[in-house]
Amino acid sequence: MIEFETPKPISQQSLVLKTVAENMMRPVSRYFDEHEHEIPWEYINFMHMAMKATGAGSLAPKEAPKKDAEGKERPRISYQILAFMLEMLSWGDVGIYLCTPGGGLGAAAVQSNGTPEQNAKFLARFGEEKPAFGSMAMTESQAGSDTSAIRTTAVLDKEKNQWVLNGEKIFVTGGQKSLLEGNGLVVVWATIDPSTGRAGMRPFVVEAGTPGIKVTKVEHKMGIRASDTASLVLQDCRLPFENILGSPEVIQEKTSAGFKGAMATFDATRPLIGATAVGVARATLELLKELLAKEGIIIRYGLPRQKLTNIEREVIDMEVMLRSAWLLVIKAVWMADNCKPNSLEASMSKVRGGDVVTKITQRAIEIMGPIGYSQDLLLEKWFRDAKISDIYEGTGQINRLIVARNILGYSGRDLR
Amino acid sequence: MYSFEPNEEQKMLIDTVSRFAHSNLRPASHDADEEGLMPLDLIKKGWELGVLQASTPEAYGGFGEHSSVNGVLAAEEMAWGDLAGTLAVMVPGLFAVPILLAGSEEQKSEYLPPVVEGDWPPYTAAIIEQYYDYDPNELRTTATLDGDDLILTGEKSYVPFANETKTMLVFASLKGQTQGIIVPNGLSGINIGERQKLLGINALPVFQVKFDEVRIPSANRLGGINGHDFSPILASYWLATSAMALGVSKAALEYAIDYAKDRDVFGMKVAQKQSIAFMLAEMATEIEAIRTLTWEAAWMLDTGKEDAYKEAYLAHTGAADMAMMVTDRALQILGGHGYIREHPVEKWMREGRSFSLLVGMTII
Repeated sequence: MIEFETPKPISQQSLVLKTVAENMMRPVSRYFDEHEHEIPWEYINFMHMAMKATGAGSLAPKEAPKKDAEGKERPRISYQILAFMLEMLSWGDVGIYLCTPGGGLGAAAVQSNGTPEQNAKFLARFGEEKPAFGSMAMTESQAGSDTSAIRTTAVLDKEKNQWVLNGEKIFVTGGQKSLLEGNGLVVVWATIDPSTGRAGMRPFVVEAGTPGIKVTKVEHKMGIRASDTASLVLQDCRLPFENILGSPEVIQEKTSAGFKGAMATFDATRPLIGATAVGVARATLELLKELLAKEGIIIRYGLPRQKLTNIEREVIDMEVMLRSAWLLVIKAVWMADNCKPNSLEASMSKVRGGDVVTKITQRAIEIMGPIGYSQDLLLEKWFRDAKISDIYEGTGQINRLIVARNILGYSGRDLR
Repeated sequence: MYSFEPNEEQKMLIDTVSRFAHSNLRPASHDADEEGLMPLDLIKKGWELGVLQASTPEAYGGFGEHSSVNGVLAAEEMAWGDLAGTLAVMVPGLFAVPILLAGSEEQKSEYLPPVVEGDWPPYTAAIIEQYYDYDPNELRTTATLDGDDLILTGEKSYVPFANETKTMLVFASLKGQTQGIIVPNGLSGINIGERQKLLGINALPVFQVKFDEVRIPSANRLGGINGHDFSPILASYWLATSAMALGVSKAALEYAIDYAKDRDVFGMKVAQKQSIAFMLAEMATEIEAIRTLTWEAAWMLDTGKEDAYKEAYLAHTGAADMAMMVTDRALQILGGHGYIREHPVEKWMREGRSFSLLVGMTII
């Protein structure tokens, strides 16, 4: 069946989230952009309460399939639900969206790499009374796209049965809130054997309150200023043995299962980043059309290009970009929901989302001239918020590499 | 629900058309373009697949229902084989599909069975006009009312098989609206010009046709005396070109991938160079993106969604850009060899330019 009907639960969710975006995000967008590092508690507390009620929140949902009136299993739509949620909240304010409490990328890492027991143990905190935050620490100052170049080490103290972590992480989204605001956690990627490159990478859960880990810096960024981007220093940070994610066999072997686990996390979350990019792009395009309409400029669909004004052509091209980018996201999450391997589509949706939001925000300001450039409108903020979409969680270039390897049937060694 | 999986019936359709495209169309593709001729038996074989018949209700000689989604799936598969061959196979549909979409009951009962039940019968349509800003919604060919008749005046171009056609559907501007008119060939005032020479689709014979105050009964107006809404027909033109653009683009991408994986350069394969690999990745992403947009537009048209017309237009404009980009890059990836007519990429690039401007060339 080829179908594009938005499922009812999603349309209903969208109505609610649109109200949240309009009433709780947009009115304070400019405030939190100007007061970088202030925390949007009103939004956070509201979302925590709402998500506890609905069970939503993690970036890697695992729910039992629902049954319809005849007892037949309804198709899973949990990733689709997430994609629509992230798109709408990012349409509101992507920086504030990134402050949404819950497991985030940290929980996704736990779900992609951990045992069922570890899932239960570490994720329970996100459903408790107070909001808690989860994040993932991978990047280091010398290791961005090349994750195998990380130097944070994890050494096993056999006597005390503890891991001892040492190293420095940067660009940890939500890192400060995860460790210092509530009972959160950070999943830190470290190497248990630096000589083996990828094969030595393992994920470790560092819970808030663990001695030996410190937030040393919170960045001043171009955009998404409401979101804290932290540097963390681990100095003889001791963790119980069980805090290494994965079953004992996975841990002992010199395999690249750890690295593959990281990549699996990203496969799941890539389309969701695509969704956040689409949200910002949609906000921009909608405002642009509103502003143009006020000037008496309407877009005439159906005309051959020779008859379109330049502005009409730009806007129509933006609509093509936006809609096709969004449909790629939907396809990628639909595949995830239906347990189809979606590495190709996930990377495609990230490539296109990052590309499209960059182009749309840049062109929108160009078209709006001096008005577009001023802080009177949120347009310039969205230009600044947009750029990171093509960079974090796999740059557009890395994702092109993944798409290329996939369509060429190449391994990482064949195509660097 | 969202779903991107063709159902069983659609899988069978894709399979059938795909086999024809692989085994019959593609092998004939090169010579047909060189000689400007697609063998008749090949066209008839394509016709026998029954794509139009599967899209027409039993009451009018078919065995299915009109489905834009099915049409898009079939058109992409066939165009992958050869664009001109696909256009040729589907020429009778240029006459039949608008009648199916917008004709009166009498017109459907009278005109559809002979086409649908025929053996690639001689029917065609005339809509494109030889102006830089050709606009299907603002045609220069006019039809004016004169008593019980319509007087048709103007000049059409890119009319496929006009030299052999028995009856054609001619689109003209009637009181400022685009309307279709059923016109038997051979009437006084109809003048078929020389065969046109084009940048591409050389295997499809197309002609300019002049109408010099040709007199037609008003009853021949599509939809009857009161005429019809043109937008569903235009949306179907757009979807058809989008689908075929996808087929040609996919063909070009695959060919470029195979070549790049095989060709040695600087001690490795060309495909192992990032600049080439990134070009291919972007081509693949663009195709996939436009395909989902085209599918959504087709589904919206089938389910009567309000924005179907607009989405079909977006799919069309996206597909036109996609096809030009992908086919151009495919040639580039083959380098000098891509420039030689022995390889099909230069042909695909010539075809890649057509989709933005030949609206009305084909319909699903």
